[in-house]
Amino acid sequence: MRVLDLADLSGAVCGRILADLGADVVKVEPPGGEPDRLTPPFVGDVENAERSIPWLAANVNKRGITCDLGSEEGRAAFGRLASAARIVVESFPPGLLRELGLDEVLRDTIVVSITPYGQDGPLAGVPGSDLEVTAASGSLWLAGEEGRAPVRTAQPQSPYWSGMYGAMGALVALRSPVAQRVDVSAQAAMTTVHPPAPVWWDIAGQEHGRTGPFLLGRSNVGSRFRNIWECADGFVSFAIQGGPIGRHTGRMLAEWMRERGAPTGAIAAIDWDRFDNTTLTQAQVDELEAAIAPFLRSLTKAEFFTEVVKRKMLGYPVGDASDSLADPQLRARDFWRTLAPAEGQRPLPFPGGFALFDGERPAVRRPAPRVGEHNAELYGEAGIDAGELARLRAAGAV
Amino acid sequence: MTDVATRASAPPASTALAGLRVVEMGFAAAGPLVGKYLANFGAEVIRLESRLAPDVFRTTYPPFKDGVVAPDRAGMFAFYNDGKRSATLNLKHPKGVALARALIAQADVFVESFTPGTIARLGLGADTLRADHPELIVLSSCNQGQTGPHAFHPGYGSQLSALAGFVQLLGEPDSTPVLLYGPYIDYVAVGYGAIAVLAALERRARTGAGCTIDLSQYEAGLQFLTPTILEFAANGRIPGRAGNADEVAAPHGVYRCAGADRWVALSVWTDPEWQAFCALTGVSGPPTAAGRRAERAALDRAIEAWTCSRERDGVVADLREAGVRAAPVLSIPELFSDPQLAHRGMWPAVTHPAIGPMHVMAPPFRLSATPSLQERPGPTVGADNDHVFGTILGLSLDERRTLQRDGVFE
Repeated sequence: MRVLDLADLSGAVCGRILADLGADVVKVEPPGGEPDRLTPPFVGDVENAERSIPWLAANVNKRGITCDLGSEEGRAAFGRLASAARIVVESFPPGLLRELGLDEVLRDTIVVSITPYGQDGPLAGVPGSDLEVTAASGSLWLAGEEGRAPVRTAQPQSPYWSGMYGAMGALVALRSPVAQRVDVSAQAAMTTVHPPAPVWWDIAGQEHGRTGPFLLGRSNVGSRFRNIWECADGFVSFAIQGGPIGRHTGRMLAEWMRERGAPTGAIAAIDWDRFDNTTLTQAQVDELEAAIAPFLRSLTKAEFFTEVVKRKMLGYPVGDASDSLADPQLRARDFWRTLAPAEGQRPLPFPGGFALFDGERPAVRRPAPRVGEHNAELYGEAGIDAGELARLRAAGAV
Repeated sequence: MTDVATRASAPPASTALAGLRVVEMGFAAAGPLVGKYLANFGAEVIRLESRLAPDVFRTTYPPFKDGVVAPDRAGMFAFYNDGKRSATLNLKHPKGVALARALIAQADVFVESFTPGTIARLGLGADTLRADHPELIVLSSCNQGQTGPHAFHPGYGSQLSALAGFVQLLGEPDSTPVLLYGPYIDYVAVGYGAIAVLAALERRARTGAGCTIDLSQYEAGLQFLTPTILEFAANGRIPGRAGNADEVAAPHGVYRCAGADRWVALSVWTDPEWQAFCALTGVSGPPTAAGRRAERAALDRAIEAWTCSRERDGVVADLREAGVRAAPVLSIPELFSDPQLAHRGMWPAVTHPAIGPMHVMAPPFRLSATPSLQERPGPTVGADNDHVFGTILGLSLDERRTLQRDGVFE
């Protein structure tokens, strides 16, 4: 299945996912390469078009060609390629494909359009980066310390959400008999990442906001529970919880604290068989948390991880990239796949395919393309011979 | 809709996934939301549940309508399961398991999200089901995958988001990391889960083969952090919290506006944008982005001095007019009145039999010819037993009464 990927970094993950699943995805860039190839950081801190880490991450497993869609000859060449494509992914401002006269060419193709706010409506065409669409989605509102400015995830997330939903939309559209438009809004995509907050407003009229390291929405009386705690060498994620696993976790924690001779304080008095976190007052929660904090502070991340796994308790260390690469579970499942992200570079560990299909993990198999790397091959397949390609190149169309 | 929408060449199909039957057993968010999206595009999704072991979203997680804790009044369940049918089966009863198998035998897809090994112990493992029904697609979605040393470790999404590295990237540098509100990683796994099912359906259409899908929510989440892994592996740096700083844009931040808890997000990416920004706000600073990044703190103070006495929406309008990227930091209630989300029908209204009028969530992508359809609220417990056991499985009323009496439908 051929996919033509015209999208910049705001939508390139869509094609990456389809490529992981085995589609023949061809990145189509303007002559000279797309500007997002210069997005930092760079492999080895060398700034060039083949070393942008965010760009490489989103474009491995694809082949690449160049095409000037602004020129008539470029559009004609694109049209010949498009006739063999089932899916086209694009992130142009709404309406540009039509202005270029490409809607006719793509009439039998699924077109996935990824934009900040969608193809129509009052904000259609308004530019926005990760920060603005995250702000407009409510997810910025919910992240940060109370009373202080909201904060965003340091690794931009909206391109991943938009790309993922684009791929989902393309696959839904494949099941319908008509070729159609899949209109992804990054704002809407980021609105799906925090559903409990809209439910609290809609059903209970309660407005949730930033609570720093605390969890809201687990209490019937408005109490909040700490979820991020200091430990000896970083932070761990742990919470006082209810339900069968939450009660088991509390029981195991009390036992663990006693084994270590740690003062159990208010924890000692809890009957975990009857424990219900949803009715605790904030004062009761604070008292329990005051008893737990010194114990967690005495543990390293590694100690905490080993023990929660052994005792089947809820909780994890707060991990980072180095922890992920060392994680025994991921290694046991052969998750990491080594690939030189571009030809001539040293191999790096990539997250492997997102699921196992009949025990097989989709491969990270092909470096990201150099600018126009597959022009001869792909235009050749579309019936454009070497002579014609040379002419198009001379004219600046590819 | 624009160009492509208006030129559908075939008669409009009703829904993209009409004719697809999905049976689902699971709890909380990560499994059930996969079924929700499939239902929204026309699949018949049957949630099998039991009164003896209800979903924590029916029992433990507030809010409940009017604060009355009851399975049919659970807001979370109603919101996460719109479009589905509910049928109850007691899987501790041998006849319950037999009925579940009979139902799955008539389905295209089976989705489950229990701890690994749970459905196999019930006699509903993927190998067993596919022995009778090789074309079946089974999605097992769990915390850390079906195999490996941590496979049986219980976990919820908010803490798995910490393990995977999302939490470590959120907050001010040199301070405690903060949460992105809830089980962030679950929703990543939902997207990849639906993609995996749809991809398996596409393959089945070509080859006739079913598929057993093992989705680890942890591994799905790490896809979204690929650049941080590569940055560490290539350059030896561990990406961490950066407040709202960006490696390219400057300024790039969130600034206080007039009024209580009102904020504007804005970013400047090019020289012309910076000149327009200076002309509008009177703020001055280094002409290059690198220079401005070096003076971030002073620049942010100057910008906030300009925004803090002005109305948020006016600031956004003026910046956009000047060609600078800007957006209001919308609060949760404002999401329900935002004109752009409203235009896209982000919050379809439904009437739930126990909760009353409420909103559900539309998929964040719109299909021009076969749009999503959201008329059915999340089901009450066992609401569709007659349809499922009578119409689909063909049990007579007498047979169903006997099974009811024997506790099979508990």
